[in-house]
Amino acid sequence: MRVAPEQKRLTLITGAEAAAHAMRQINPDVVPVYPITPQTPIIETFAQFVADGQCDSEIINVESEHSAMSAAVGASCAGARVMTATSSQGLALMLEIVYIAASMRCPIVIAVGSRALSGPINIHCDHSDSMMARDAGCVQIFAENAQEAYDLMIIAQRLAEDRRVLVPVMVMQDGFTITHSAEPVALLPDESVREFVGRYEPLYPLLDTDRPTTQGPFALPDYYFELKRQQVDALEAARTVWLELQERFAEISDRRYKGFFEEYKLRDADYALVILSSTAGTAKVVIDRLRRKGIKVGLLRPWLFRPFPAEEIAQALAHVRAVAVLDRAISFGSWGPLYLEISAALGRHLQQKPVLYNYIYGLGGRDTPPELLASVVTDMQNEGDPAVLRYLGLRE
Amino acid sequence: MKRYQELPIGGVIPGGATPHLVQTGGWRSGTKPVFHEKLCVNCLLCWVHCPEATILVERSQMVGISYDHCKGCGICSQACPTGAIVMVAETNDEPQMPRQKAGEEVCV
Repeated sequence: MRVAPEQKRLTLITGAEAAAHAMRQINPDVVPVYPITPQTPIIETFAQFVADGQCDSEIINVESEHSAMSAAVGASCAGARVMTATSSQGLALMLEIVYIAASMRCPIVIAVGSRALSGPINIHCDHSDSMMARDAGCVQIFAENAQEAYDLMIIAQRLAEDRRVLVPVMVMQDGFTITHSAEPVALLPDESVREFVGRYEPLYPLLDTDRPTTQGPFALPDYYFELKRQQVDALEAARTVWLELQERFAEISDRRYKGFFEEYKLRDADYALVILSSTAGTAKVVIDRLRRKGIKVGLLRPWLFRPFPAEEIAQALAHVRAVAVLDRAISFGSWGPLYLEISAALGRHLQQKPVLYNYIYGLGGRDTPPELLASVVTDMQNEGDPAVLRYLGLRE
Repeated sequence: MKRYQELPIGGVIPGGATPHLVQTGGWRSGTKPVFHEKLCVNCLLCWVHCPEATILVERSQMVGISYDHCKGCGICSQACPTGAIVMVAETNDEPQMPRQKAGEEVCV
């Protein structure tokens, strides 16, 4: 692998450790957390940093994720900078309070090690946990590798705390594939990160007795609707702030998260794959192989799933003949959640639409080797029926 | 009423909201607490335990009961160590609680 000269200072760490390093550098005031595979090494590593005095966060060891998020909301309302981490069932248990964190406009950053939801019980990666939480009112960012898991945590903190946004931000990295796999990661100097995230100035700190507030009041039919509409604006503002932050992040690092999604060889492509997270890495290898055979394939990999950059994605896909959306989650009785978004985006924003396919892949950690991804491109070339939901790597 | 753009975000009520600003009454369970001042030792356990803004306190002295807020739960009388608060049956002409005026905005 070619290593760029500016990336000489690389550290061999896992995605979980990378997220923990970001947390150490951000140095949140409060981290209420409960261990769950495959998130555990995030908090394990972070707890070590705290124990070693490398940051002075208050870790609250709670009895469940429901309590973790409850403590996070309390601390955030009090005026603290708060982070936590979870996976799968943990996120499910947390979810009731994630909605409340979003509605109370708590800028809590949640690191998620993506893992399949039970049942049957399974500890391996898919995106059913984060997709379950997609309507909670959080910003959702998907990282491809350990480097992104690190960078995006730092960007997420600043994004969450921007006065125009003030909602929780979930940063997803694929369980085991990223959380437990060591990769070279370029860590930024501590000072750069601290300067980037800055001091958190809460809008309505509950502990400010000179400016008393009531938080989390009952809202009947006369107010609930307006407060929900405010959350729509917050997610809309997150788009603007995301774009601003990538400029600022490029100033402190050699990495630029340009736009809302990564495009890989997409500009001249006849066929496009749309994939979230680590499987996009495999897809790039497949695309290189197919391009050597003269097949023009490209990739679109969204960083942001909430807010969903519908119009930008539609424009980026407008020129291709066919698009295959690969979903690592399924909405039973419907199709893949990412497909549904893309389908709506193309329908809303394009007159001439590419043929759109949906594949469900990798549920419960099912491996998705390059040959399977190549077969998707073959299917598109053979002009298969787009009205059929397909399953990749399933015995059928 | 205010539009969504004009409301503080997250349902926050700057300045703090308290039932003292709103007549929350309108019903009571059928019994009501009666305060016997001579028995009261001002321990304020009733004030601590009352889930509403019912126990009236002035300069750290228990001075009475606000029937505009009391729901008749009886927790105050249970908490009272001296029997200074006694629950009695509601009479027919009770409760008389002014309701919030229609259209009056109290949320923010």
